[in-house]
Parts: sequence; C-alpha cells; structure tokens
Amino acid sequence: METLERFIAEHPFFAGLESYYTGLLVGCASNVRFEKGTSIFKEGGDANEFYLIRAGKVALELIEPHRRPIVISTLSEGEILGWSWLLPPYQWKFNAHALEETRAIALDGKCLRTKCEQNHDLGYELLKRVAQIMERRLEATSLQLLDVYAAR
Amino acid sequence: MAALATILEKTDPMLPQPYVVRQVGKETPDTFGLTLEPEDGASGTAFRPGQFSMLWVFGVGELPISISGDPSDSGRLVYTVRSVGKATNALVSREVGDGIGVRGPYGTGWPVEEARGRDVIIVAGGIGLAPLRPVIYEVLNNRKDYGRLVLLYGARSPRDVLYRKELAAWARHRETQVLTTVDYGGLSWKGHVGVVTTLFKYARLQPARSVAMLCGPEIMMRFVTRELEVHGLSRDNIYVSMERNMKCAVGFCGHCQYGPHFICKDGPVFPYERIRPLLEKYEL
Ligand SMILES: Cc1cc2nc3c(=O)[nH]c(=O)nc-3n(C[C@H](O)[C@H](O)[C@H](O)COP(=O)(O)OP(=O)(O)OC[C@H]3O[C@@H](n4cnc5c(N)ncnc54)[C@H](O)[C@@H]3O)c2cc1C
Repeated sequence: METLERFIAEHPFFAGLESYYTGLLVGCASNVRFEKGTSIFKEGGDANEFYLIRAGKVALELIEPHRRPIVISTLSEGEILGWSWLLPPYQWKFNAHALEETRAIALDGKCLRTKCEQNHDLGYELLKRVAQIMERRLEATSLQLLDVYAAR
Repeated sequence: MAALATILEKTDPMLPQPYVVRQVGKETPDTFGLTLEPEDGASGTAFRPGQFSMLWVFGVGELPISISGDPSDSGRLVYTVRSVGKATNALVSREVGDGIGVRGPYGTGWPVEEARGRDVIIVAGGIGLAPLRPVIYEVLNNRKDYGRLVLLYGARSPRDVLYRKELAAWARHRETQVLTTVDYGGLSWKGHVGVVTTLFKYARLQPARSVAMLCGPEIMMRFVTRELEVHGLSRDNIYVSMERNMKCAVGFCGHCQYGPHFICKDGPVFPYERIRPLLEKYEL
C-alpha cells in the first residue's frame, strides 16, 4: 500500500496533490503490467479503469471497417490513459494496446466515482486535472486535423 | 555544358553558376535528395547553416531551395526537395550528369555562432528538417562547443519521415536527444504518434541556457513557440525560418516582402520576437 501511494503521489498527473487525497485514492489503486502487444481495452467496452502510466508505451487506435487500424496517439511514462470512466456511458472510445511492456497504476473507475461523489473537493481536483489534459489533447487533435504537412 | 560555363559570368550575383547533378535519390515518396558539384571542378561554395540557393532548372525556371548538407563539406551542395509543383518536379527529375544553374548562397542562416556554449533545441516539421540538418552537422562536428542537442521532429506519417538512418545515428551521440513523431501511424510504426508539440513532455530541456531553432509550416511554428514559452524559453532565444515564395533572392523585386522584411535578404531565419506580429496575421 505504501509503495502504491508513493507511485500515485509521484506521478505527474497528481503532482502537488495533498497527501490526504492520495491516501483516499490508494484504496482504488492496483499495480498492473501489460506485455508488449497485449490489448488494454477495446472500443465499446466498459471503461472501468483509469491508468497512470509508469513505464512503457501505449498506442490508441481507431478502427475503420475493412481497413488497418490507425494509431492516433501514443502515450508513455508520466501520462494518463483513459478518461471514459469519468463520464457516462462509461465506455471506451478507442482501442488501446501496449507497444512495449507497460507498467501502470490502475485506479478503479467506480471506486473513483464514489470517492468523488463523497468528497467533492477531491472530485473537483481530479476534474481540473483531467480537463487540463483534455484541453491539450483537443489542441493537438486540431493541429492533427489541419494536416499541416500536406502539400497545398 | 562547357559552353554554358563560358556564357555565365561568375561575378554577377544575378547570374547562376553551372553545376552538375552527382546524385539524386528518393528520401520519401515525394521528397528527394540532390547532390550538386561545380561543373568546372572548382572548389565549390562555402555556406552557413540555414542559407539557401536559387536553383535554375533549364527550361523551367528558378526556385529557392535550402542547403541541407554538411557545412564542413564545401565541395558539393546537398539539397532535399519536396516535389509539389512544376519547378520542384522538374528538379527532382534531373539525372546524374545533368546541368543546373546555382545562385547564392543567400540568406541570414541560423544563429550557430551565438548558440556556442549553449543547448540547442531544434523543432522541425515535415520538409522543415532540411534547412536545419546543417545545424545538426555543425553541432555534432563541433560537439564540445555546444551543450545538449535536442531534436524534436514531426512528420505526417511514417513514410514521410526524412533522414531515417541519420536520425538513428544522431540519437547515439552523447548529450543528444532525438525524438520523432508522426501525426498518424500504422501498426508497424513503433515511435511516437501525435503532433510535434506532444514531444515536449519527453524532452529534457534546460530553457535558461538554450537557443531554439524552428522550421515547418507556419501554424506548427505558432504552436511550438507557445510551447517553448510555456517551458520558459525567452522569445529572444527563439529563431524561426520563414520560407515564402521569392524571385530575385537579393531584395530587389519585393516578391517575398513580409511586412517590413524581405525573406530573401533579411531571412529566411528571423528572431521570433521580430517576426511574431507577422506570424500571427491571417493574410500577408
Ligand atoms: C528560402 C526558401 C527555402 C526553401 N527551401 C526548400 C527546401 O529545402 N526544399 C523544398 O522542397 N522546398 C523549399 N522551398 C520551397 C520551394 O521553393 C517551393 O516549393 C517551390 O518554389 C515551388 O515551386 P513549384 O513550381 O514546384 O510549385 P508551384 O507550382 O509554384 O506550387 C505548388 C504548390 O506549392 C505551394 N508552394 C510553393 N512555394 C511554397 C513555399 N515556399 N512554401 C509553401 N508552399 C509553397 C504553392 O502554394 C502551391 O500550392 C523553399 C522556399 C524558400 C523561400
């Protein structure tokens, strides 16, 4: 438990979070490891986890019927994977698989939601942090959509 | 070709010098490497990283192309050309032994002298890596004169990544971090996927002792300059290359005027602070 709490506190996503809150979060946490090439989640599946990546690399993929999957983003050490646990209908929007052996802390989504409902300060803190990441990913996606390197 | 050499007067900056194609090879599906040597076997032309030549393709016209080779090798001129239209198409279709007229080098170049003793951060997008490659050679040829070298490079897709072997070789140098990303990847691509700004979180930067040099599409450079500022780089340590169309290359014709600046003679490399208001305008 102690090391799990330390991992949470040291992860950049939770930088500066009061230890009282990391103490609350640790009850939802477990250590996970994905071998290279394994699936972490699949589009449409129940989004029950929130991952804090500690090491490795994960690909987020979009599947188009009859086409090969397109990798739209990779995520590595220090990043988070998945926020669908936070918002209904709690389903994954992409596929994720480990490009390399990947170690992470998995926080149980239901457990997190319950804690956030019980303690709105924790909920607000979490939401602010997730929103910041969403904003950055939205910006990156806009740039991606502009296809700036295409000949024009 | 010998007749051409006698026709071309060597002292006039408006007249091209005769060069011949020594090598031409495909880098990516639409981008080619081109190596030229002086036709008369002369010693060639010295250039500063970031400078460009005006290449005159017989029967087609003249176009500006950055020199992308090693500045310590003045015997030949190396270019990286993306085929986007008539002139670039004609250029990359030249064969070994064909003649090409060369004017230049022109332009201000990157601040490699000012960067001595400091870390060099290079952020390139697409063909924008070409004018920055001479900076990488310069730093690696004079390794102890510079601090860390951080290269962040973004391409459209894995097949559009330039200089693949060199990227891997550069990454093996000491005090050098090379991060490449593509906007979209396939399953066989094991590198990063995401726009170039997403690489900043993996970059080991020391902003207070760094100089940043940027080249790529203007929208990309706008996002990157913001990111650099967030990371604590001051604007006067950021340099950008503006590659707008130009004709004369010596500041006569006004074709490449960019606000009060002429890209050809005042640029193409500008301190970000000077060009910022123009980078943020819609139309010029
Ligand atoms: C200082 C400088 C350095 C350059 N260095 C290189 C280089 O190292 N390698 C390289 O491949 N190209 C470089 N370019 C761009 C190159 O000169 C143009 O792509 C070329 O002139 C286009 O001519 P074209 O007849 O083939 O295409 P055109 O038929 O004239 O144009 C084809 C398409 O490309 C677009 N285009 C043309 N010029 C540019 C430009 N400068 N920037 C963005 N889009 C453009 C046009 O809008 C058009 O849509 C440089 C330009 C400048 C000003």
